[in-house]
Amino acid sequence: MTIVDEREPLLRARELVQEFTVRGRGGVKGGVVHAVSGVSFDINVGETLGVVGETGSGKSTLARSIIQAPRPKSGEVHFKGTDLVRCKRGRLAEARRHMQMVFQDPFGSLNPRWRISDIVAEPLIGYGAGSGGARARRVRELLDLVGLNPDSYGRRRPHELSGGQCQRVAIARAIALDPALIVCDEAVSSLDVLIQAQVLNLFEQLRSELGLSYLFISHDLALVKQVSDRVAVMHLGQLCEIGPAETLYRTPLHPYTVALLASIPDLDPSAARHRARLSIHGEPPSPISPPSGCRFRTRCPRAAARCADEAPVLREITPGHSVACHFPVTS
Amino acid sequence: MSIEEVSELASPAPVYGGAEPLLEVSDLRVRFDAKGRRVNAVNGLSYHVHAGRMLAIIGESGSGKSVSSRALMGLLPPTARISGSARFLGTDLLSLSEREMRRHRGADLAMVFQDPTRSLNPTMRIGTQITEAVRAHGDVDKRAAFDRAMELLQLVRLPAPERRFYEYPHQLSGGMRQRVMIAIALAADPKLLIADEATTALDVTTQAQVMELLLELQERLGTAIIMISHDLGLAASYAHDVIVMYAGRAVEYAPASTLFSHVRMPYTRALLGAIPRLERTPHSLLPVTPGQPPDLTALPPGCPFAPRCSRAQDDCHAEPPPFAEHEPGHWWACWHPCEVGGPAEEGGR
Ligand SMILES: Nc1ncnc2c1ncn2[C@@H]1O[C@H](COP(=O)(O)OP(=O)(O)OP(=O)(O)O)[C@@H](O)[C@H]1O
Ligand SMILES: Nc1ncnc2c1ncn2[C@@H]1O[C@H](COP(=O)(O)OP(=O)(O)OP(=O)(O)O)[C@@H](O)[C@H]1O
Ligand code: SF4
Ligand code: SF4
Ligand SMILES: [Mg+2]
Ligand SMILES: [Mg+2]
Repeated sequence: MTIVDEREPLLRARELVQEFTVRGRGGVKGGVVHAVSGVSFDINVGETLGVVGETGSGKSTLARSIIQAPRPKSGEVHFKGTDLVRCKRGRLAEARRHMQMVFQDPFGSLNPRWRISDIVAEPLIGYGAGSGGARARRVRELLDLVGLNPDSYGRRRPHELSGGQCQRVAIARAIALDPALIVCDEAVSSLDVLIQAQVLNLFEQLRSELGLSYLFISHDLALVKQVSDRVAVMHLGQLCEIGPAETLYRTPLHPYTVALLASIPDLDPSAARHRARLSIHGEPPSPISPPSGCRFRTRCPRAAARCADEAPVLREITPGHSVACHFPVTS
Repeated sequence: MSIEEVSELASPAPVYGGAEPLLEVSDLRVRFDAKGRRVNAVNGLSYHVHAGRMLAIIGESGSGKSVSSRALMGLLPPTARISGSARFLGTDLLSLSEREMRRHRGADLAMVFQDPTRSLNPTMRIGTQITEAVRAHGDVDKRAAFDRAMELLQLVRLPAPERRFYEYPHQLSGGMRQRVMIAIALAADPKLLIADEATTALDVTTQAQVMELLLELQERLGTAIIMISHDLGLAASYAHDVIVMYAGRAVEYAPASTLFSHVRMPYTRALLGAIPRLERTPHSLLPVTPGQPPDLTALPPGCPFAPRCSRAQDDCHAEPPPFAEHEPGHWWACWHPCEVGGPAEEGGR
């Protein structure tokens, strides 16, 4: 058992890099996809870090690098005192028990041949938690917690469930072993808002009662704000801004964050469509050959000559609120 | 409740003035029977869509949105018992043989599925998958199919389509995979497109781009679109009409503008009250609707929402409310509908 220093963050990620080599074909050049390029952050005990960013910005890749599936190309991930990137397999398996992930695709992550109750019981069996009877009770309790009646759903297989029901099975499995960290990749976006509220309240209860921490990835900016202590904004494999949720949403510093926040739809039909059109213009640049200097410069309304020459690094502007931009937005 | 009792709930097909609808679904019922388990997934669903219109279907997870659409496409497993009718271009889709169905599917009737991993072939390059979809429904040579596939990838705004063409599904992000599926569905310029949570994995900007693209297509080709989504904001912004489903039935149906400003169904109210809002502070607990979603293996005799409804009275537990047009163009199924302009969170308890 590792002694955890109270002041140490639960998770400390440093300079994480993940790259994929793609082969060229049909006259198209291959190259290296820079999916995650030098990302660093901490997550404290009982804290939720939200991650937002457009599609393809590297959020899922970042999440998978944290849980070492696959291991990142370089960088460090310190979790409860162990560097997961360098540790032995056995240590990693032990750490994984305390670190669970709910994936973006609810169907792909469940074994199609297993019954729902066996899927939820698997981690309990794998880590030898409890006797047979206690395990069965725990499985029922877990299914109840995520709003699935164990009598009605326990014996079914994934294809007999709806999309949102599969996602809840994945969530039940993730919380089975009372982990210390749950990595949620779009974990609640396939749920209707009533179930979503129920699951989010469950997450919140586990956080305040058991001190669980979350890395919470979602496209829903309002949702992220509601659950997160701090929020990180990702753009083309890099963090461009990170800070306390309230502050970041009230006074965004990075032009990209400003554009993201401007695109939040609302329930007034005419306003929603108007705002959507206001948002970021142009295609995101290729992650194979990202622009020199600042990776946002090809779409940035504030870009100047310096932005092409010099890559901005994250710097703290107000306590805990950092931005990677040469000309941050000041009200 | 047995299937016979459930059929007492038969809801009349809503009627609109104007031209013939492109698709008219009446009293659709789907029941799964497997090893002594009976699931009443769809319990008398009726709606219609006109060419050039977008209908949003929203509602509870497990309320039968995907199953009812798969029934139209002839894509349910053999354990499914289907009844009712679905008239599309003069034929009843539910009575077609598998061979006849295959002629429609992917051609004038296309669907984007909720689960990318089950609908994209993981061992095939995405370019090949789109080219195949193009060639399956038109007599085009290889070169023309390639050009069309590339055009489709550009249409759905996949970044760097020349390179992505040769990649496998696992090399794409979740949002990119979803755009590839939309491209495949659009390959044959379908007359009706069913998009099941097609934009769920997309960020707001890309989502807006894809929705604009669909609208453009709709204007240009008169495509009818059924959009299944949990995103009420999306439905409010883009759909012409909205159906709210609960326990396999429609419970409210109206033009989008009417629905969101004049909610009458307590369940719809509850949905609107639970939407994440920017004003909420971190870690605030959300208003919850108590109780579990209805158990489709044993539906209660009265209104299926009654155990969770703040407006429920004795009569709600006794008899199911009929789904009827109470105001012009506005249908709902409730004995004690909300007052227009009532408090936003009064639906749940
Ligand atoms: N196995 C892989 N091989 C090649 N490229 C990959 C691989 N996995 C991811 N990528 C690329 O890395 C980039 C980041 O992908 P990632 O899935 O992390 O994005 P994301 O932010 O999660 O997007 P989304 O919001 O759409 O899920 C994308 O350009 C993607 O195509
Ligand atoms: N093959 C099957 N056998 C038995 N029950 C099934 C089967 N497929 C679906 N169901 C059940 O039918 C109901 C309706 O499922 P459906 O997939 O249509 O829900 P949905 O409204 O699309 O939900 P979601 O928003 O979560 O995707 C669910 O309760 C589900 O468990
Ligand atoms: S560094 Fe320059 S290009 Fe990059 S976000 Fe800031 S102003 Fe824009
Ligand atoms: S008021 Fe009665 S009929 Fe209406 S939704 Fe509530 S329980 Fe159902
Ligand atoms: Mg992702
Ligand atoms: Mg579904």
